[in-house]
Amino acid sequence: MLNYIWFGMMFIAVVVGTFTGNIDAVTEAAIDMAKVAVNLAIGLIGIMALWLGIMKIAEESGLIRIIARGLRPITIRLFPDVPPDHPAIGSIVLNMSANILGLGNAATPLGLKAMEELQELNPSKETATNAMAMFLALNTSSVQLILPATVVALMGSFSSQLFITTLVATSMSTIAAVVAVKFLEKRKRFAIVEGSQS
Amino acid sequence: MIDSFVGGINEFSKYIIPFLLVGIPFYGLVFKKVKVYESFVEGAKDGFTISVRIIPYLVAILVAIGMFRASGALDLLLNALSPALTFIGFPPENLPLALMRPLSGSGSLGLLTDLVNQHGADSLIAKIGATMFGSTETTFYVLAVYFGSVGIRKTRHALLAGLFADLVGVLSAVYICQFLFA
Repeated sequence: MLNYIWFGMMFIAVVVGTFTGNIDAVTEAAIDMAKVAVNLAIGLIGIMALWLGIMKIAEESGLIRIIARGLRPITIRLFPDVPPDHPAIGSIVLNMSANILGLGNAATPLGLKAMEELQELNPSKETATNAMAMFLALNTSSVQLILPATVVALMGSFSSQLFITTLVATSMSTIAAVVAVKFLEKRKRFAIVEGSQS
Repeated sequence: MIDSFVGGINEFSKYIIPFLLVGIPFYGLVFKKVKVYESFVEGAKDGFTISVRIIPYLVAILVAIGMFRASGALDLLLNALSPALTFIGFPPENLPLALMRPLSGSGSLGLLTDLVNQHGADSLIAKIGATMFGSTETTFYVLAVYFGSVGIRKTRHALLAGLFADLVGVLSAVYICQFLFA
């Protein structure tokens, strides 16, 4: 799917750009965004190092195991393929907590650690597992208790009204994510086949 | 009452990160005798490799999105969709934000800023926009970074499920705001 969307966006961009006379802007955007991508990744290094360092302490002191055990009734249903004591569950739980609390900077390193641990359980290393897809969908639809700082800055005193609306909208999207993943993972189109198109 | 409750939550949120940065090493050092400095450095080493590993995936996704936006194709898509959206009660003013949100964090923040400046923070449109912004994620970016970090190329149903969740989040944002504020 990503193959078609990726190619489709670029193809449409070149066709539309030709007709609207924006083709120079298309070229410029391609070159600019390539640089932006590298800057984003480089900018992540420091934050990643900070949180992965703190995570290592949490892991070695047994904190992550304690948290993961507490949430086992939920995680066992969402991630039936992952053994309940696997370290991936701990990282997943911490990442989701960070998302709920609006700690975007902390969420990414925790999430990438979870992906690494899920990858250990993956029999075919280039294909996403059901657990990975569930984790990704939960991640992008996460319940939000605390609004992003940028939104608070923009909306000022009206931010407080948005607490409830955001909570409702994110709860709905989380439910939608779980239902969609559970439904789609059984479709033939998305079955794991070696060497298949994604 | 809601105001002071929410104010309290946002006040509290300032302390979460400092608390974690101190609380976790405190627990390890005092209760479990973990060599916290050595553990920290050991864990932090992975920060570099993971960040570098996601670069090719980010380049692929961000370049395609940048080209699509710059060509004017996104605007065309908006114009094509707006009659259908008006029909289901979706304010056309909020559509650019809804479409931009899964693609670009900075782009959608720019659109939200524009909505607030044009309509005012007290307007329904700004409130819907801000709720949308808070309720959805830059799905393409997250997908590229998370799958990229472990070298997954076949993403199966993850994108479709993520976009479906975004759609539900966006529609919920519209309807809950219209219900509460209109």
